Amino acid sequence: MPPSPPPSLILPDRRILSVSDLSVRFTTSERTVEAVRHLFFHVEAGETLAIVGESGSGKSVTSLALMRLVEHGGGTIATGRMPFRRRSGAILDLATASNAEMRGLRGAEIAMIFQEPMTSLNPVFTAGEQIAESIRVHQGKGHSAARAEALRMLDLVRIPEARNVLTRFPHQLSGGMRQRVMIAMALACRPQLLIADEPTTALDVTIQAQILELIRSLQDEMRMGVVFITHDMGVVAEIADRVLVMYRGDKVEEGAASAVFSGPRHAYTKALLAAVPRLGAMAGSDLPRKFDLLRPEAPEAPAAAEAPQDTRRPGPPILRVRDLVTRFDIRGGLLNRVRRRVHAVERISFDLQAGETLALVGESGCGKSTTGRSLLRLVESQSGLIEFAGENIRGLAPNKLQALRRNIQFIFQDPYASLDPRLTVGFSIMEPLLVHGTPRREAEARVAWLLERVGLSPAQGARYPHEFSGGQRQRIAIARALALNPKVIVADEAVSALDVSIQAQIVNLMLDLQRELGLSYLFISHDMAVVERVSHRVAVMFLGQIVEIGPRRAIFENPQHPYTKKLMAAVPVADPARRHATPRGLLTGEIPSPVRALGDEPEVAPLIEVGPGHWTARHAVGGLAA
Amino acid sequence: MLTFFLKRLLGLLPTLAIVAVLVFLFVHMLPGDPARLAAGQDADQQTVELVRAELGLDRSLPEQFGRYFLNMARGDVGVSIRTRRPVATEIGERFMPTLLLTLTSMAWAVAFGLVIGIVSAVYRNEWPDRLGMTLAVSGISFPAFALGMLLMQIFSVGLGWLPTVGAGSWKHYILPSLTLGAAVAAVMARFTRASFVEVLGEDFVRTARAKGLKERVVIAKHCLRNALIPVVTMMGLQFGFLLGGSIVVEAVFNWPGVGRLLVDSVNQRDYPVIQALVLMFSLEFILINLVVDLLYGLINPTIRYK
Repeated sequence: MPPSPPPSLILPDRRILSVSDLSVRFTTSERTVEAVRHLFFHVEAGETLAIVGESGSGKSVTSLALMRLVEHGGGTIATGRMPFRRRSGAILDLATASNAEMRGLRGAEIAMIFQEPMTSLNPVFTAGEQIAESIRVHQGKGHSAARAEALRMLDLVRIPEARNVLTRFPHQLSGGMRQRVMIAMALACRPQLLIADEPTTALDVTIQAQILELIRSLQDEMRMGVVFITHDMGVVAEIADRVLVMYRGDKVEEGAASAVFSGPRHAYTKALLAAVPRLGAMAGSDLPRKFDLLRPEAPEAPAAAEAPQDTRRPGPPILRVRDLVTRFDIRGGLLNRVRRRVHAVERISFDLQAGETLALVGESGCGKSTTGRSLLRLVESQSGLIEFAGENIRGLAPNKLQALRRNIQFIFQDPYASLDPRLTVGFSIMEPLLVHGTPRREAEARVAWLLERVGLSPAQGARYPHEFSGGQRQRIAIARALALNPKVIVADEAVSALDVSIQAQIVNLMLDLQRELGLSYLFISHDMAVVERVSHRVAVMFLGQIVEIGPRRAIFENPQHPYTKKLMAAVPVADPARRHATPRGLLTGEIPSPVRALGDEPEVAPLIEVGPGHWTARHAVGGLAA
Repeated sequence: MLTFFLKRLLGLLPTLAIVAVLVFLFVHMLPGDPARLAAGQDADQQTVELVRAELGLDRSLPEQFGRYFLNMARGDVGVSIRTRRPVATEIGERFMPTLLLTLTSMAWAVAFGLVIGIVSAVYRNEWPDRLGMTLAVSGISFPAFALGMLLMQIFSVGLGWLPTVGAGSWKHYILPSLTLGAAVAAVMARFTRASFVEVLGEDFVRTARAKGLKERVVIAKHCLRNALIPVVTMMGLQFGFLLGGSIVVEAVFNWPGVGRLLVDSVNQRDYPVIQALVLMFSLEFILINLVVDLLYGLINPTIRYK
């Protein structure tokens, strides 16, 4: 380290990192892609800079470039300087530092948290070892001292029973706990700069709120600079001091969080903000409404504000579920006997009207997906009644079931995984038609019509799934679901994996289709803000039970059950002015498990009506009672 | 873990019983008359019948089967028709040379295969990878008999460093185990590479690098154990195959192993030996698989036994 840095490497007093003219290139045999172009930004001590953008914007590449890990993914830093203030006060250009210098910085002065806490932790080492490793490497401590420090870190990230967690493997921890372990690992050497790459995207909302709160309070304690990378404007509003918006490798806007949210200057930022579902945006109305989408190309001409749409048709419900119970056995022991049971769905009841959208919301493990699957008997239920157009699905013979299945279709979360990569999308859409005996010529005509209906061209039917973007693939999945003219569509987290602007487009498409074809949706989601947009009625699920069900407006404006309230409070709101100022009492606490010992039946009681069509549970569910 | 182990051991019995029945039926369906072969070319019909009665082959098939099973339950696998010696001694003599040859071949093959595979994966698409994979493809495609004879030509005949045939001293093991292990090493290298390339792309490898670990530690500590599962599976399979004795290598090096014993017994329709050998091979495979499954659990704690 030279005693005085060269003149160009001078940082203002409180600044820990200043990036200028950063470009990152990926070169493959076919072409060169500039993932990041001429990027300028800086981070001050104790400040949070949020880098926002959709997939392909270059935000993750930027973070990996700061760590110089981008080289392991085949990228090269083409231009740029990244002077960084070391703990010693010396200033080092990250772009030209040697590998050994970078190794000394990584984990010690610049640390990183990643999106998927499951895959980002090594499955074969204990949590304690993974934290202690970084302490041993950077602080030269011995095994037992490093372990003691790891324990202290686990306490710092407020993990309950930290001593036990030390010896547990990642798969034995919940998602939230894993992310806490990741944070403990990253902060073990008290870095000056923390890079958090989508750290809460894979987590449930209540856990997300906890983790955000934790990062914020640790940042205050340690005076760290934080670079927070996310696609979620709600999270940005919750945590950022300054915001940098990226679009296809370029910076399009930078500014204080409040300024960017209240007066976005760039067209892309405006379009992005318009597409963000905001909790409370639908207050005062009863019916679903499309997003007012702005196009980045023509931002000044918004589509005429869409009228709310009333598609519900009176009459008997098209789908009636009564006291549905689905449980899974966990077997074990020498004789493979049932040891415990997953109480996935516990005596739930609901109706779905023709042309109505009923949302099933809840966090992971609450049984919302199992409910959807039980309807089509993709999993077998133990008891209860599922009635479609007056016919009990649970009592049907297998051959009759097929005829019924054409009336209820699925759309899944991951359109890539649910399309066969070796079939053209046209054939994937046509397949259900052929299975149900439609003549080939007729089927082909219908595929062309369907593709057009979901906003693609019929010629695209000859292509394969990998040639489409995520949003287009979800359109294809919708076209396939519509092929047989179903009455009900079960959309299982159908828009959760999509970028916000694409998500808004797909939601709008689904609403259009509902209006034109009179579809009923069972909309399964964990995202309260999207649910508020699309649904007529909402059912909140917790531990396999519906704890509250009713008109969307009643649930969102007057939630009765404590779990519903907790869920709402945890949703980040895309408005820095409404940032949750104080800790929300959410710092710890896990989502309880639906696995129970044999004979230990959960308490289930009928719901109580608290308003017109608005029912809520008054008995204790998982320790929460109204 | 213990429950799992006991369960698997219990599960072994029905498998072995089924194998025993099938082997018995197949062996007796083989064309050719063991009594005629045992009595010799020139024996007359009467002698052949006498031999047949002595061997118990004149009884009905169910009766023979019953006796075979009862004897086996008592631990008696019979007497060889060919040599008139107990089958247990016959196999026992041949088993150790095969086992030792298998162990030496596996040892070098695994060491080489792992190193070549890891180096190829780390330097993917660069010259060490090309070189390693060229070696691996050669190892798979070069026939064992040709390799054996080539080695013998160079090291025994040409240079005179090593003995040619037999299994007397440790020097005798070098050439056969090289010959036998070449294909195994090649397969191991390819498997290790494939599995390592996959692990290198995992998120936790990025985490390890983000911690500031040396690349050597990232590879040896964080990747290796995660990459081992498919490699260990392959290792178990290869080990089982080699324990069955390699007919070609044993023939080339005149090795007194079970592979040649099996060929000789089949030629002579030596029913008791064939049956015992096949049963032994199945037992070996089952035990190796059990060990492999237990190894999985040691390597990766996410694998739980039920």
